[in-house]
Amino acid sequence: MNLQELKNNRKILTEYSYEKKDLYRGYTDKTLYINISNNEVKVKDVSDRMKEKFIGGKGYGMRYLWDAVTPETRWDSEENEIIVAVGPVGGITQYPGSGKSLVCTISPMTDIPIDSNVGGYFGPYLKFSGFDALEIQGKAERDVVIIIDGKEKTVRIEEAPLEAVDGHILGEQLTNMYGNSESEKRLVSVITAGTAAEHTRIGILNFTFYDLRRKTARMKQAGRGGIGTVFRNKKIKAVVVIAEEVKGNLNNAFDQGIINETGIKLHREMAHLDHLQNNMRKIGTANIIEVMDAYDLLPVHNFQYGSHPDTKKIESKVFIRDYCTQNMPDGCWYGCSVACSKAADNFELKTGPYKGHKVVVDGPEYENAAGVGANCGIFDPHAVLELNFYCDTYGIDTISYGTLTAFAMECYERGIINKEITGGLDLRFGNADASLALIHQMAKGEGFGLIAGQGVHRMKKHFVENYGADAAFLEDIGAEQKGLEYSQYMSKESLAQQGGYGLTNKGPQHDEAWLIFMDMINNQIPTFENKAEALHYFPMFRTWFGLLGLCKLPWNDIVPANNSETEEPAKIQEHVDNYHKLYYGITGTKIDSAEMIRQSERVYNFQRIFNIRMGKGLRKNDKTPYRTMGPVTKEEYLSRESNYEKQMIELGFDLTGKTVEEKIALLRKHRESQYEQLTDAVYKRRGWTMNGVPTPEKLKDLGMDLPELLEVIKPYL
Amino acid sequence: MKRLIKDESLCIGCGACEEKCSTAYFKENNREKSRIKVEKMEHWNRLTICTQCGVCAEVCPTLALKKDILGVVRLNKKECVGCFICVGFCPEDAMMQHDDYHEPFKCIACGLCTEVCPTGAIKIREF
Repeated sequence: MNLQELKNNRKILTEYSYEKKDLYRGYTDKTLYINISNNEVKVKDVSDRMKEKFIGGKGYGMRYLWDAVTPETRWDSEENEIIVAVGPVGGITQYPGSGKSLVCTISPMTDIPIDSNVGGYFGPYLKFSGFDALEIQGKAERDVVIIIDGKEKTVRIEEAPLEAVDGHILGEQLTNMYGNSESEKRLVSVITAGTAAEHTRIGILNFTFYDLRRKTARMKQAGRGGIGTVFRNKKIKAVVVIAEEVKGNLNNAFDQGIINETGIKLHREMAHLDHLQNNMRKIGTANIIEVMDAYDLLPVHNFQYGSHPDTKKIESKVFIRDYCTQNMPDGCWYGCSVACSKAADNFELKTGPYKGHKVVVDGPEYENAAGVGANCGIFDPHAVLELNFYCDTYGIDTISYGTLTAFAMECYERGIINKEITGGLDLRFGNADASLALIHQMAKGEGFGLIAGQGVHRMKKHFVENYGADAAFLEDIGAEQKGLEYSQYMSKESLAQQGGYGLTNKGPQHDEAWLIFMDMINNQIPTFENKAEALHYFPMFRTWFGLLGLCKLPWNDIVPANNSETEEPAKIQEHVDNYHKLYYGITGTKIDSAEMIRQSERVYNFQRIFNIRMGKGLRKNDKTPYRTMGPVTKEEYLSRESNYEKQMIELGFDLTGKTVEEKIALLRKHRESQYEQLTDAVYKRRGWTMNGVPTPEKLKDLGMDLPELLEVIKPYL
Repeated sequence: MKRLIKDESLCIGCGACEEKCSTAYFKENNREKSRIKVEKMEHWNRLTICTQCGVCAEVCPTLALKKDILGVVRLNKKECVGCFICVGFCPEDAMMQHDDYHEPFKCIACGLCTEVCPTGAIKIREF
C-alpha cells in the first residue's frame, strides 16, 4: 500500500501547536499530556519539587501514574496511562548507553505499576522536541496515530485506519512517511506494538531507530509487563516523534567538557578491551549463552535444568558465523560504542504471514536465545531467530513468551494438558514448529495462543479450574511471581539471586540485581547480611539508570583493565564515578555514591508503596515458586544429586535411609527457610517492616514522608 | 591515495606544524586545536598523524566520516552528532577533539604543515 493512500485516509482529530522549550542542564521542565478519549493535548510544567524527589525517567513515570490512577484502576481502565520519560542525562551523545526511555503503566499481567526501559531514538527526540515526559491517557474510539513534530512544534492525533499494526511494517511505513531522505529518516522515531499485543497480556512496545547502513527502521523493545497490550487497548497504532536535529550539545549541559572527557574515556576502554572481555561489539548479550550453559545457569526445559548438550548449536559463534552482520556500529542511540544491538540481515522467514520475506532480525539477544530457545528445548538457531522476529513484530515479550511456552510445554509433557486442549499443537520440548504455530495463533487471536498469551499466572488458574490440574504442583513449576514471568537465569543454586528475582518491585526481572556470580561462583557475599547489603545496594544503584535515562550495560559489560584489583570489583567503582561526573556535567550538582543511592531509594520506596496501594507489595507477594529455589521433581533432584547430597551433609543432615522424596522435602524445607531469613535481612536493610512495608521513619529520612504515602502504609503498621 | 607520512627521527619538536594547522583551520595558534600533534619525549619527538586508515569511518554511527576519491577521510559536520566514538577508536589517536567544538576534527592531508616543517619530518605522499 502506498504512503499517499495511507495519508488520504487519515482523519485529523486534533492539532495542537506549542512553543518549544529548549533544554537547560538536561531538562525542559515540560511534560506533554495527551488524552485520546477527548483529544485534549496540553503542556504541563514540571515542578522543582518533582525534579528533586523523582529526578526523571522512571521517577517521573511513577509519579504521573500514581496521580492518574486509583486502587481500583486496572490495565484497561480509561484512566490508566502510558508514560514515556527520559531523564536528565538521556540524549547526550558522548557516553555509551545514554538514550534510554522508561515506560510505565499499570500492567495487565501484574495489576501493579510496571516499568520497562528501552533503547531507540524516541526518548531523546522527545526531549529535543521540548518534553521531558509524555503522558498518554484515555482510550480512542478508533485506531489512531499520534505525531509529535519537533520541527513544526505541533502535536496531532489522527485516525489511521489503513496503517499496518505489526511493528516492522508500521515502523517502516511511518519512518518513510515522515522522512523524505536518509538524513530525515534518522530524525524520525516511532513507537509501535503489534497484532499479538491485541490478543495477549504480554504486549511490548517497539521503539525504532533508523539504521543508515542497513537502510531500515530497526526496533528496540520495552518488553516487560504488557505495556503493548495497554497501548493497543487504547487503540493507539503508533506514536511518532520527529526531531529537528541531533547534535552533541542539545542537553545544554552545565559543563560539556566533563561529559566529552568521560565519554571518550569509555570509548577507549571499549576499543582496547571489549574483544578481551565480553565481545559486546561483535555479538552483544548473546555472548553469554555458552557461559551460562557452562555454569549450569542456562534455563532448560522450563527451568528444570541448567545446561544441555545441544547448547552448542545456539552458542554465540553460530550466530556470528551464520547470521549476524559483524563489526557494525550497532548502537541503539548515538555514541553507544558498546553497540550490542546486533542484527541478522537478509533473514528469510519460513513461517507465518511474512513467510519468504527477507527481514532484519534484531537479535539474537541472550534473553531470547535462552527463553524461546533453551528453556523450550529448542536448539535450532534459525527457529530462535524466527521466534525472536515474530515476538518483536507481533509485539510480544520474548522473555514472557519463552517462559510461558516452556511452562505450557512442561504441562503438556506431564499430561496436565493434551493435544485436545492445545487444539492439536504438539507442545513437546524442542518442537520449534509448535512454538511457531503458537505465536502465530497469538497474533490471530485464536486457539491455544489465546490461553497461553494470558501468561503463566492465568494459565495455572485455567488448568486447575478447567482441567483438574494439581494447583500446588503448578504453583511450584510456574516461573512467575506477581503475575510476571521470570527472566532467563537459573536461580536455584544462588540464594542471593532468588532474592534478586523475588524481592523486586515489578516482578522477577534481573534488572534490579544479578548476583549469581558474586554469590555462587565467587562466594563474595556469604552471610545473610552480605546478601542483604547486595540486595539493597544493587537494586538501588540500578534503579538510578532508570531515573537518568541510561542503559546498564556500559556499567559492567566492559570493565577497566585494573578493575579486579579494586576493593569491590562487583561495583566497578571507576564506572560509578563516571556516572557521578555525568550527573555533575549535566546538572551542575555534585553527587556521590550515597546521594545516588538516596535518589533511587526515594523512587524505589515510592514504587513499593504504589504496589501496596494497588493490592500487592507485601511479604506474601514476594514469595517465589519453588522451581526457582530448588528441585521440585525427582528428575531435577537426580540431575544434581551429588551436589544436593553434599550440601545437605555439610549442613549436618542425616541422609541415612532417606528416600529421594524425603531428601527433596528436607532440602526444600531448608531452602524455603533460607529464603525467609534472607527476606528478613533484606527488609531490615531496606528500612521496611517484616511485612515488607517501608516505615514512616525511613520515608522521613529520605524526605519522602508524603501524606499520600503515609496514608497507604498506615493500615499495615 | 593521499596521506601524510612521518619520520620521527627528523622531528626537532619545534611545533611549527601545529601552529600552521591550528591557525589555518581555527584561526588560532593553539596546539590543542591542531590536527597533528608533536610531543617531546625523553630522547625523541612523537608525531601523531592520521594515516587515513578509515577506522573512524567504520565506527561512525551517522556515516558522517567518509573517504573521498583520494582516500582521505573527511568529516561532514552537518551529519555529525558529536559522539566522539571515532576519537576513542582511532588507532593512532589522531582524531582530535576540543571542547570549544561539538564535532571532532582530523587531518585531511592538505599538506600545509609540511610546508613549514624545517626538517622534512612530515611529507605528503600520494600512493
